[in-house]
Order: sequence, then structure tokens, then C-alpha cells
Amino acid sequence: MSKLTMSKAINEGLRNCLETDPKTLIMGEDVGKLGGVFRVTDGLQKDFGEDRVIDTPLAESGIVGTAIGLALRGYRPIVEIQFDGFVYPAFDQIVTQLAKMHARALGHVKMPITIRIPYAGGIGAVEHHSESHEAYFAHTAGLRVVTPSNPDDAYWMLRQSVESDDPVIFLEPKARYWDKAEISAAPALDLHTAKVVRSGTDLTLLAYGPMVKVCLEVAAAAEEDGRHLEVVDLRSLSPVDFDTLEASVKRTGRAIVVHEAPVFMGMGAELAARLTERCFYHLEAPVLRVGGYHAPYPPSRVEEQYLPDLDRVLDAVDRALAY
Amino acid sequence: MTVKSTARARKKAAPGVPDNLQAGKDAPAELIQLLTPEGERVEHPDYPLAIEADELRSLYRDLVLVRRFDAEATALQRQGELGLWASLLGQEAAQVGSGRAMREKDYAFPTYREHGVAWCRGVDPLNLLGMFRGVNHGGWDPNEKNFHLYTIVIGSQTLHATGYAMGITKDSAEDAVIAYFGDGASSQGDVNEAFTFASVYNAPVVFFCQNNQWAISEPTTNQTKIPLYRRASGFGFPGVRVDGNDVLACLAVTRWALDRARNGGGPVLIEAFTYRMGAHTTSDDPTRYRAAEETESWRAKDPISRLKTYLEREGLADEDFFAAIDAESETLGLRVREGVRSMPDPDPTLIFDHVYAEPHALVTEERAEYVAYAESFEGGE
Repeated sequence: MSKLTMSKAINEGLRNCLETDPKTLIMGEDVGKLGGVFRVTDGLQKDFGEDRVIDTPLAESGIVGTAIGLALRGYRPIVEIQFDGFVYPAFDQIVTQLAKMHARALGHVKMPITIRIPYAGGIGAVEHHSESHEAYFAHTAGLRVVTPSNPDDAYWMLRQSVESDDPVIFLEPKARYWDKAEISAAPALDLHTAKVVRSGTDLTLLAYGPMVKVCLEVAAAAEEDGRHLEVVDLRSLSPVDFDTLEASVKRTGRAIVVHEAPVFMGMGAELAARLTERCFYHLEAPVLRVGGYHAPYPPSRVEEQYLPDLDRVLDAVDRALAY
Repeated sequence: MTVKSTARARKKAAPGVPDNLQAGKDAPAELIQLLTPEGERVEHPDYPLAIEADELRSLYRDLVLVRRFDAEATALQRQGELGLWASLLGQEAAQVGSGRAMREKDYAFPTYREHGVAWCRGVDPLNLLGMFRGVNHGGWDPNEKNFHLYTIVIGSQTLHATGYAMGITKDSAEDAVIAYFGDGASSQGDVNEAFTFASVYNAPVVFFCQNNQWAISEPTTNQTKIPLYRRASGFGFPGVRVDGNDVLACLAVTRWALDRARNGGGPVLIEAFTYRMGAHTTSDDPTRYRAAEETESWRAKDPISRLKTYLEREGLADEDFFAAIDAESETLGLRVREGVRSMPDPDPTLIFDHVYAEPHALVTEERAEYVAYAESFEGGE
């Protein structure tokens, strides 16, 4: 496949799902004629019809709730929530119903629903359009949570998510929608496997979604100072591939978790705790975290100061190496 | 036979009601109108409106200035001064009519498009632009003009409005509340819950739905199979459809509904039948989903030109008046442009301000860390 943007890669992934499995459906607001506000579903309604690419009423709880009913009837809904901040009306259906259904039915019903959500910031948007809420979902048993950082992963992870018989929260880093890359002919990894995207010996940067690119830039900058940083792209936030993380941190002896979401009670807290347990005698420094603050996502004119960037991560690298 | 032909005649008398909303339903939608698109003044027995020339001219002034402000904001977004703008173009009459129906102590709960209502409440237009420029998430004290902050999550504010109205009842006060929302929001659970609470507690709240025909790319037919105002009857309160491009009808019907509410009559749903002439926001491209002919057909129903025609024909305003409004419009435009361009970026420590009303140890700690980090760059680079 030729080089695609992440937005187009997901579009192609969705097209493939609709082509290969007649039970798949796309549901959401403005996903039809408009092709979604980010054009991720562009052209799909035209090619697959209004029965399979459904412009729903403007009601997120309704979208997810009816997707649950459709799944009970044997369908495989792929739901789009228009922006991160609009998922909360559906949060009740996701947490109290979708996540628990398989367990409550003792495995007799499956919930093969993929919920796509553009998330995270950096695009200068208004309130509720830039949030990172992955911790809420990862905290909920019964949900799988994944987030690609690049077009190739976006394509293959989307297809793997739709094939899963469990509900998958598929978080799309909207600031990376326009990044371009080659799509490989076959998936290199299982949906829930982490990937070492840059090898190094001095310290491991753990990131996912939008922050992988930032961490790669940090590693390149650190290299100029003779510091060899390893970068691991988690890809999956529930489950987390701790074996890959542990192996990396045991090699480097130092780790920093980087995410946009607030640090307090965020993914970084869980990663730091588990890695400390697994790698205690290998660690040269405490696992540090760089992320958002305990504050509402700020107005766009100061989001640069809120989001982790090259300088803030390098500052943490200095601190970790100083131990 | 007689019934059939009456129904057909009534259908004809209800301009702007799409056939697909009427098909198969037993009664056509009635549209309350006091000023036709041609600028003819008509009476409605249930909504009499005695209005002086002064007030008519003042309504015209509001409509023109609100449209000018909106046009400036759209231009400022194109110039990169605003990150986004949600234009009210086409909905001026619905907003000015309903906004002007409010008394000082009444309270409005807007969506993110109620710039015309804000104007009527006396909110400085520049205050509305802060969140669209990205310097704040609101930018005004809601209690100063009884105009709540803009709400972006669709429909949430209808419950806040209902709760506020419940408080008015508890205080035995005679104020009333307007909850603004759109045709898309009518599908949200929160809006339907607001209807339920308002009805059960007989809350003095007017639900003012601007049906502008489009929820981004989805037509109102994606949200409902009956005219929206009829939803009210299922909840146990009256619903009225008003010509949303007729400022006089919007004024009269909203005034009636607010008075009814403040006198213990409970909620009313007003569906202002109007049209979003522009894009959903400056990020949207309506050519992808709707026909230019449809937009053009609504241009003929413009809310401002019909009032102007009426004022001119009846000799209620002269050339000097219109020239003065144009001059005032220029002044407003200049003030908005200069005001936005000189709006300073906030200090980043704003991030930590007002997160809580009382001190919070974690915010205090993170703020100190941020300040120390930022200071480490000063002089170092």
C-alpha cells in the first residue's frame, strides 16, 4: 500500500472491515455524508450504504447503548464518538453495561464493539476537544484499550480491534491524523504487544499515541549529547505488555513515562508501580512521569505549556540520569 | 372530504414546514408568525403584540449589530485571530426576539451560538470571543448579566436551566429561565431529562429550541419523526412552533411563555423554526452535505430584510435612521477587530488558577513546580 495519512489509513481499515464482514456497521454523528469531522469515514456511506454507515441521532449514550443491542443481535458495530469530551454521555453505557456484559452472561454473549475516539490535544481546539481520558477506560475491567501512534499501526490495530470479540476503546491521536507513512502488507505484532521503536542503553522512554513522536524527537536530541535513549511505544493500555517494558527497563535501568493525560492517577502511576515491582534491583533511579497537570485541559493559547514537549521530557531525562 | 381539503389548506398556510415532517401525520405543524417574509404585519389571536415604533427600530438595531458582530468574528477566524467561530447567521431573529423578551432578573442558559442573546443581555461581545480565541473557557461572570457560560457539550445546559428554575420556585420568586438548545440536542438524554424534571416540578423554564435544520451534517429528520414542538405534549407541557426568522413572533411567543412560567404555569417548549445559513463552525464545509438551493430558499426569508421592508413601508424609520445604524455597525466592527487583536495571551499559570475554590495541595505543588521549571529557562536561552 502506498503512503497514507493516519486518517486515511483508518479509513482504509474501516473499508476493509466493511468489505470482509457483512456484520460490521459504522455508527456515529456525521459519519455518513460528511465522512466524519476528521473525514475518517469519508466515502464509506456512499460505497456501503446508509444501512451500514449510519448517521445516528445526536446522542452518545444512544449510540453506544444501541450498539450493545446490535451486538446482542449478532452485529459487530464500529462506533465513532466525535471528540474525546463527548464520550461522557455514553460513559454509563460503556462502564456499567458494555464492559460487564460478557462476565454477567457467564460468557454466553460477546460484545465485539469497537469505539473509536479522537483524543488528546495539540490542535488548538476549544474546550472538550483535546482531552486524554484513557485512564478511565483502562481502569475499567472488561474493556480493551489501544492507541496507535502512526498510520501503519492505526490501520492494522483497527482491523485487529474490530476482529476482537471484546469491546475495544480505540483512541486516535488527533494531532497525528495528518502524519503519513507506509502501510505494511501484514501486521507485525499482536494488538496488545508493545514495540521498541528506538533502541538505547541509558534510559527507557515509555509512551503511546501522540507522545511517541515527541519521545523519538527527545531521543534524537539526547543522542547529540551522547545519551542513548530507548523508546517503547506501548500501543496497548489494557492489557499492557509488561514483558516488553520490563525487558527494556532491565537493560537501561531507568524509565520515564510520558503522556498528555494528567500525571495524578494516570497510566504512568500504574506503569511506575508495576515496573518498580518487576525491576527493583535493576533500577538506578525512580520511574519518573511527565504529563498533564491536575487541572482542566487549558485554553488553546496555553496548551503548549500544558503538554509535555521536548524540553520537559529532556528535563526529566536530566533528573533521571542524575541519580 | 372536507377534513382533507382543510388539512391541505392549512398545510399551505404553514410555510417552511418540510413535507417529510408532515407526511403521514394527522395534523400539519402550525407556525406562529407576526411578520411575513415579505414584511407584512399579521396578527395571531393567541399572541397579540402591541409594539411602538421605537421598539421596532430598536429590534432592528439589535439584529443588524448582532449580524455585524458575527460577520466580524467569522472574518477574524479567517485571519487567524480566532481558533474557531460558530456563526449565528440566519438565527438573529430567534435570538434577539427571545433575548429581548427576558426581564432583567430572568436567566439564560446558552449553547455556544447564542451571541445574539448575549448581546440582548448586555454581555460585551468581546467577552464572547475569548474562548474562540483560546484565551479562556468562558470569560464572563454569568451572574453579572444572568447569562450563563457557553456550553459546548450538547444539551447539558438544559438541566442546569431546569435546576436554576427549580430554585426560583423554592425562593417563591417571579423570575423565569430560558434554556437554549438546538434540533440536534433534542435527541440527547439530558434534554429529555430536563423536560421531565421541569414538568414534574412545574419549573419556570422556557425551552427555546432553535431548529436550524442541521446538526452539523445531519438534517432534523435524523433526529425526529414529528415536529419537535410536539415532543412537549408527551412530557405534559405546551409546545409552540414559531417562525424563527420573525423577530416579532419570537418576541411575543417567548414573552408569553416567560410570563406563563413566572406565574406558575410551568415549562413551555418553543421551537423556533429557522435556518443555519452558514457552516456549523468555521471548521465545517456544508457543501459536502446540503444543496445550495436549500440555503438560497431560506435567504428569501431573511429575518432582517423583512423587518426593514416593514419599517420602510410603514414609514417607521427614515434614511437617517438606517444610516445611523450602519455607522454604529462600522464602529462596532472596528471595536471588535481592535479588541480581539489586542487581547493578550494568558499567563500559563492560568492553568492552575480557579481549579478549586479552596486550596488544593496537589495543584499548589504542581503550580510551584511549573513556575520553577519555567524560571529555569529565563536567561538560559
